[in-house]
Amino acid sequence: MNTKKTNALDNLKRIIFENKVIFMFVILCLACIIIADTSVAYIVGEVFTRFGRNTCLVLALIIPCFAGLGMNFGIVVGAIAAQVSVFWIVHWGFTGITGMLLCVLMSTPIAIFFGWLLGLLYNKTKGAEMIAGLVLGFFADGVYRLYTLYIIGGVIPFDDPNLLDRGFGLRNAFDLTGNLKYSIDDISFLTVCIILGAIMIVMGLVNMLHNKKVGTQTNGKKNLTNMVMGAVLVAFGFAGRMIPMVNLLFGGTRLIFTDVALFGGIALVVFAVVKIIVKRKKGETGIGSMIALAIGGIALTAGTGIGPVRDIYQSIKISACTYGIIVLFCMFNNWMTNTRLGQNMRTVGQSRAVATSAGINVDKTRIIATCISTVLAAWGQLVFLQNLGTFNTVQQQTNVGLYAIAAILVGGATVQKASNKHAVIGVILFHTLFVVAPLAATKIVGDSAISEYIRMFISYGVIAVSLAMHAWKTAGGPKDKGKVEPDAKHKAVAMPAGNAKV
Amino acid sequence: MEKFKKIIDAIGIPRLIVSCFFLAIVITAYVNGIDVKSYFSSTLKYWGMWGVLVLAMVPTIKCGIGPNFGVSLGIVCGLLGTLLSIEFEVMQRVDAILPGFGAWGAFAFAVIVSIVCAWFVGIGYGKVLNLVKGSEMTVTTYIGYSIIYLMCILWFRAPFSSGEIIWPLGGVGVRNSVAMEGSFGYLLTEALGFEIAGIYIPTGIILFVLACCLVVHFYFKSKTGLAIAAVGSNPTFARASGIDVDKMRVKGVAMSTILGAIGIVVYTQAFGYLQAYTAPLSMGFICVASILIGGATTGKASIIHVIIGTFLYQGLIIFTPPVSNHLLAGTDISDTMRQIIQNGVILYALVKTKGGTE
Repeated sequence: MNTKKTNALDNLKRIIFENKVIFMFVILCLACIIIADTSVAYIVGEVFTRFGRNTCLVLALIIPCFAGLGMNFGIVVGAIAAQVSVFWIVHWGFTGITGMLLCVLMSTPIAIFFGWLLGLLYNKTKGAEMIAGLVLGFFADGVYRLYTLYIIGGVIPFDDPNLLDRGFGLRNAFDLTGNLKYSIDDISFLTVCIILGAIMIVMGLVNMLHNKKVGTQTNGKKNLTNMVMGAVLVAFGFAGRMIPMVNLLFGGTRLIFTDVALFGGIALVVFAVVKIIVKRKKGETGIGSMIALAIGGIALTAGTGIGPVRDIYQSIKISACTYGIIVLFCMFNNWMTNTRLGQNMRTVGQSRAVATSAGINVDKTRIIATCISTVLAAWGQLVFLQNLGTFNTVQQQTNVGLYAIAAILVGGATVQKASNKHAVIGVILFHTLFVVAPLAATKIVGDSAISEYIRMFISYGVIAVSLAMHAWKTAGGPKDKGKVEPDAKHKAVAMPAGNAKV
Repeated sequence: MEKFKKIIDAIGIPRLIVSCFFLAIVITAYVNGIDVKSYFSSTLKYWGMWGVLVLAMVPTIKCGIGPNFGVSLGIVCGLLGTLLSIEFEVMQRVDAILPGFGAWGAFAFAVIVSIVCAWFVGIGYGKVLNLVKGSEMTVTTYIGYSIIYLMCILWFRAPFSSGEIIWPLGGVGVRNSVAMEGSFGYLLTEALGFEIAGIYIPTGIILFVLACCLVVHFYFKSKTGLAIAAVGSNPTFARASGIDVDKMRVKGVAMSTILGAIGIVVYTQAFGYLQAYTAPLSMGFICVASILIGGATTGKASIIHVIIGTFLYQGLIIFTPPVSNHLLAGTDISDTMRQIIQNGVILYALVKTKGGTE
């Protein structure tokens, strides 16, 4: 009993130590919330909006980190690709979701090209990718400025009084109201269901055809289940429009969190119970997490009945499609790390020498990782811009890398290790701080001007400290190096063997 | 062909491109009837303004840390020294004892306070940099940035009482730009200045910068200086010959920080205004780019690189606006050009140094 207790204590200590950055920021956020003394509903609502807006950009950082490139400060070029395409699409007069899809179509090749260039640069500056990415961000900023202010209208003939100020050079602020604003956010939950269901059915069909061609029967059952689920989703999407009650709840442009909590909580409980039953039948252990999930679901649902919590719920408006895209990004990152390419990236990230000897083309793998990151960043910036609705034509991209990286580091990521979890937690904490720090500063100092400095100090400070910690660990003198390397090599050697199975 | 390549390598591609570009711009300006002489005068003045700040890059490059992106630490020390000099009305006090030397006294006070401050900060900073060997450039950049914003918070609430410093309406805090006229503003730029063939030569500031360069030059000829340089060129060899590598690196960083502090005092007096808040944010990058344009690399630098680099960089910045305004009426492309050239040069240097490794 006694040993168990000390074990638990040790565990707690370990958990706190491993997540010290997160705990520090939780405390900081709580302190700011207490000092700021504003309605929680306001803060929560703001944080949810910012979460939808920023998370995609942060998720773009994970793949390069996986490939050993560290924090990719070069996502700025992805953001630039997005802005260039937004400009042309708006100029050509496309609006709504059509315009947005065209933006995606146009920005992707640009982002791939930029990502390729960025990858070439990273390959030439191995070991100094982060500073190279940062300087490249500034450099690209300058080139983009040259493009927006002088080349458009100056070199490229261009005539659009809505966009140009003096015959050349774009306007400072770029207004998306009436064309692209909320083009993703406004897609209703039911439409998302239809799209998602259709994708699932199509993918299932493709898999089935593929299986038939090859003659294997792997995942056949799972495939069928996926297709059935897709069909259910499509049916729900169409049927929901017919039923007024469902249409009222899920057919609007935004989901009210009260409804999400009510149905989501129930769904969680059902899911957990089913899982527990299945596991019991199979005689497996480890139902603890499922019980926790069920309790979470119950709490979520119960919240709708409690006055103050309900008020908070009511202030949260979720755009189904944006959050769906965030989930897709997370799924993509997970899927990517499990593919053969992802495994190669992991090997490259752990030791380039080992990767080379295992026959992996290190430079190419790194370039692919950078390209993926840049494309995701471009899409993330599109999500960001359509939510913001208006942006600073020349400077909007400048701080993209800074905020994204600060956020993921706040979430507990390090230069070698970053995951979806870090990104999500980081965005929530970092943006909570962004919302409450100015309020708290105003309360203390009586002037909100100082909050801008606090924000920037925190962003840069977090990056400085975590980079220094990383460098400290890796530098560590010759003694430590000897210890670390065999371990890393061992792991990396084990990887190709794992590859063979896949 | 081989010979030609050798010459280009000796000059260095950034230096070659930037000097050709600079020459082209000066010629364009001359052809278009722009008053080249007055712009040359400003170039000289700005050369003096930035000289010491760029010189601050030399010690860190020599001791193997690479260009000091975190020169902002020295800069805030220098700002503090200058502000204290105004706050304590050193000029008026010295003037009362030695009439006519008030400004010099204030300047000396600011420099000495900055040096003392920067010495302590530099030692601490150097110790941090010893922990992060191998990624100094990345870490220094972010330490530099965060320190600027930390100081922004402090400036905002700093308990100064001098009417010259505090906000005109508010009670505390440093105002956005503090006029230096009541203290040592334009002291060096106007000292011994004279005009020759229409070009104003700010003798005082030129002499000051050259004096600083000489001090650094002779410091690196001394025993300690040679040890620092040895650490930079080959740490293993230096350790084998009994040099305390970490200590020498700390010395190099401290010296760079001190030069940064003196540099901003010189800058402030020539600029005429003290800019506390975010103005020094990009100074680190400008200094790094300047010395790289001068022909330095991330592992090798000398005084001559500082002198040439600062002149080319500042000359470019000063000559581009009138020329671009003349050619494309109503535009100022110079800031964009500056951004591209500055970061392009730094990128080139990074590729050059890291490309060979691994």
